[in-house]
Parts: sequence; C-alpha cells; structure tokens
Amino acid sequence: MKFGIVVFPGSNCDYDAYYVIKRVLGAEVEYIWHKDTALRLFDAVILPGGFSYGDYLRPGAVARFSPVMQEIVRYAHEGGRVLGICNGFQILLESGLLPGALIANDHLRFCCRQIHLKVMNNQTDFTRKLGTDQVLQMPIAHYSGNYFADADTLKQLEDEDRILFKYCSPEGEITAEANPNGSALDIAGIVNQEGNVLGMMPHPERAAEKILGSADGLGIFNSLLG
Amino acid sequence: MWIAKVIVTYKPGILDPEGKTIQHALTQLGFLDIENLETGKYFELKFKSGIDREKAEALTRETCEKILHNPVIQKYTFQLNEVSA
Repeated sequence: MKFGIVVFPGSNCDYDAYYVIKRVLGAEVEYIWHKDTALRLFDAVILPGGFSYGDYLRPGAVARFSPVMQEIVRYAHEGGRVLGICNGFQILLESGLLPGALIANDHLRFCCRQIHLKVMNNQTDFTRKLGTDQVLQMPIAHYSGNYFADADTLKQLEDEDRILFKYCSPEGEITAEANPNGSALDIAGIVNQEGNVLGMMPHPERAAEKILGSADGLGIFNSLLG
Repeated sequence: MWIAKVIVTYKPGILDPEGKTIQHALTQLGFLDIENLETGKYFELKFKSGIDREKAEALTRETCEKILHNPVIQKYTFQLNEVSA
C-alpha cells in the first residue's frame, strides 16, 4: 500500500499527512510535485490542505489546471482513490470530480477549532473501519467551507448515500448549532458516485494522535489501508 | 485592438459576504436608500493586434467558461471595446 501526497505551491498540510502515514501508520508514502505528470503507481492519492496558488481567483481554481491535476482526474476516472482535505476538497470541486462548490462560511469568519462529525455511511473505502453513526472529533480550519449545491444535487447526494460525514454535536446530534459554517445538509464530506473520491473539510491528518487531542482521524487512513 | 471587460458576480441566492459587509457599513454611515449591494470580480483581457472582434468574443467566452467563473455559484457578463494600439 503506497500513498502519494500532492504538493502544490501553497500547500501547508502536506507534511502533516506525510507524517501520519509514515510515522503513525507505518505505511509507504511519497510526495508528488504539482508539475509531475507521470503519476507513479499509488494506491491512494491525497490532496492536502493549504492555500494552493494563494487561493487566487477562487480556492482551488488555479490548482485545478496544474499538470498533476490532469493526471489525477485521469487516475480518479480509472478508479484510483483520491482523498481531498480542506483545500484539497475545494480543488476536487473545481476540477469537477465532485459536485457543488464551497463558498464563504455563513458567519463570514475564518473558523479554526475542534468539531464533531458523524459517519453517515461506512460502506466505502474511506470509512470501512468506522461505524455508522460513529462520532469523530477533529479540527477544521477554513474560511470557505460552506458547502453549496443545487437542490437536485443535494437530493442525489442524499439518495445515493454519498454524504459520508455530517457536522454534529459531541453527542452525535445533527443540529444547526453544530454546523460550523452553514453547509447545506450539514455536509462535512462527500464521495463521488463511484465511491473512490472523497472530499472533506475537517482535517483527519491533524487528529491522528491522542496527545494532540484526538486520534479519530486515523480511522479514515486505516480504512484506506484495507 | 480589442479589450474584453468581464464581470463575474454571484448567482441569486448565493452568499456574498463582502457585499453584505459593505452594505452593513453603508447603512451605519447613513446610506439608508440602498436596497441591495452586490460585489463581483472584474477582469480586463487585452487581445493581441490581429485578433478580430469575433475571435476576441470567442476567446473571452472560453476563458469565462474554463476558469474565470464557477458555474455552480457565479454568472458572468462581458463587453468588448475597440481601442487604439
């Protein structure tokens, strides 16, 4: 099992993800530079958080056209597993691998704190080691994390069980107060129709060791390990 | 020479935080007659000489569709002006 982590100019969670996979999980991992076009044989690719290309124009809008993203779109279409975290989620939406968009948080502030999310579907490559309705604690850190999609898309996501994570209270209740950014349907993470591309705003790579507050994020990486 | 002036704005119903903040500030300053304020992004594309109007329009549309706007949340308009080189 080998992970690849894409490094864009402006990525800043790339080493966090690298550290978790290499040191905490003890799995193989390699960086993929944003100009690489020959994607080596990775079993899963991570688009890390940060501010790729300064988030100019719109978060993820420029990264989408980087050489490596052309390869990642092809990789995903061939069934390769892609996990986009935070800015990585924004890039997946801009590139069309996932539907919808992330707009500014409804309270208009950058939001950096621990939140809780509920596992809505554990029948995917990203959640198989988690329990349905399990509550996970991990941090968020974003300004544009307010998920938006038209009514038809939201209905489709729900009907097809593609909302993997929803924001919730520590007790697992999905309420308006527990939603940190105004996301439609309290969405914190969604998968594509084929189930091989996940985008999520919370940071599982920052919740991988108890000493740092939570190890709940490990479940997602462990699920990928199979 | 042709110049395209592109304006990208949010679709109706999409949160425009900057617009809301500015409108709020204006209200506080006593501008009470403003019903709504929207912000947008402005782009100016200057084409190389030799690019005619038709080509300039097609290229502008292509850049808007490809990168300048996100069709999920935004819309765009543009106008073309001829300028001396």
